[in-house]
Amino acid sequence: MRLQFFLSEIGVGLRRNLTMTFAVIISVALSLALAGGALLANKQVDSMKGYWYDKVQVTVYMCNKGDATSTPSCAKGAVTDDQKAQILADLKKLPIVEKVYYETAEGAYKNYEQQFKNSPMASSITPDQMQENYRVKLKDPTKFTVIASAFQGRPGVQSIEDQRAVLKNLFSLLGGMTKAAYVVLAFMLTVAMLLIINTVRVSAFSRRRETGIMRLVGASSFYIQMPFIMEAAFAGLVGAAVASVMLLGGRYFMIDAGLKLQDKIPLVSFLGWDSVIQVLPLVLLIGFLMPACAAFIALRRYLRV
Amino acid sequence: MIRFDNVTKTYPKQNRPALRDVSLEIEKGEFVFLVGSSGSGKSTFLRLILREERTDTGMVHVLGKDLARLSNWKVPHMRRQLGTVFQDFRLLPNKTVAQNVAFALEVIGKPRGTIRKTVPEVLDLVGLAGKEDRMPGELSGGEQQRVAIARAFVNRPMLLIADEPTGNLDPQTSVGIMRLLDRINRTGTTVVMATHDQNIVDQMRKRVIELEKGRLVRDQSRGVYGYQH
Repeated sequence: MRLQFFLSEIGVGLRRNLTMTFAVIISVALSLALAGGALLANKQVDSMKGYWYDKVQVTVYMCNKGDATSTPSCAKGAVTDDQKAQILADLKKLPIVEKVYYETAEGAYKNYEQQFKNSPMASSITPDQMQENYRVKLKDPTKFTVIASAFQGRPGVQSIEDQRAVLKNLFSLLGGMTKAAYVVLAFMLTVAMLLIINTVRVSAFSRRRETGIMRLVGASSFYIQMPFIMEAAFAGLVGAAVASVMLLGGRYFMIDAGLKLQDKIPLVSFLGWDSVIQVLPLVLLIGFLMPACAAFIALRRYLRV
Repeated sequence: MIRFDNVTKTYPKQNRPALRDVSLEIEKGEFVFLVGSSGSGKSTFLRLILREERTDTGMVHVLGKDLARLSNWKVPHMRRQLGTVFQDFRLLPNKTVAQNVAFALEVIGKPRGTIRKTVPEVLDLVGLAGKEDRMPGELSGGEQQRVAIARAFVNRPMLLIADEPTGNLDPQTSVGIMRLLDRINRTGTTVVMATHDQNIVDQMRKRVIELEKGRLVRDQSRGVYGYQH
């Protein structure tokens, strides 16, 4: 294999189709940035959902010592062991309840810490500010009101929260945005593929003299096709690199600077740099392989060997 | 070297076969003229040897290989043992004479040392010593055809296929090209040349194969052109 020969062929091909090369780079960059963004958005939603949404639908918070002064329903002081046992027994009696998890104040604090480890909120809370609670999984999550009416105002119960309702709108919005991103992504990838196929076709046509001679003197199809495939793969890789920069920049400007989402929504723990960096090898790999495959397909049609 | 057994070839969407039941054999070291009017099947004959086309029925053997049974990925290796020259030279206009010849070796992966050694040798052989760095556009037609011959011969093929190599050249230049092909033939390379050039065929007195409407109508050793067109 003559590397220098390949490199000069690739260089010539890329320069000859400079505008098409740019079109490929830009479309690959946009579609991959979108793909990576959608993937990250999904991860973000999942990380929030995973903890709060899937496992738990209703939380029965019980009074702690501090609530006695601040919350009217807890005027009689912290919940007693008898009250706790009674609440648990009653919860389990209800046919719509599937499962009940008990969480100590300490456990609640740990979970909280874990969930918001990147958030300044984490350090402002102490374990004794957290409430003991029962996390109730319902067979039918829409029957929240049954629990609310049965336990609201009971001795020892501080409040009842349907976290599902709180998060539902947000998640459905995020889910919808992710889906929309996937649709746009599918179109973008199609456009990128068609552009690559067309670029390779133009490139093969403009070099038909060379490839004709190569065929005549007995160059293998590997030698004939490789410059075209590498050309497309190279343009794709540049596109993928641009997409990577866009993803890193996107995280930086949306979460840390610019929009400063982390400051504005401290309750949400946003994805860290590690998550973004984990996505990049995939972006680069797709950016390299997809154009190469598209070129290979195009050559089968337009470059007879 | 080349054997055709009852070869028939019809192109898609054409009623009349381009070649009809052609059988012949060309031995190693022969010089053969292929004559016939346009559309007589000369090009098809050459394309079958190069395996640019396949037969409908009948067998083509080149260099001892049945081309019908040669798998696609082996075709390039077969073509490395053939050299090809065309009427329109088919040089790369943006490469120098030496680069054009070297290209043929580069694309089959020959090491650079071999290329540096072989290219000047073959350019010397075809009489282009000292013109290595010229561009094809700066050369006369005869010189361009010499570059094409150098490119076809640089890999020392067993067989040289020439499709009207003098078709674009004046008679005097043609004679020079024929001398060169004759010299290459004397090194042991089999030469098959399709031509319309009556003078050349009559002067050289080599074997002549004549095709007419796809049929083999004459196969004559030390023949002449033999028909008016």
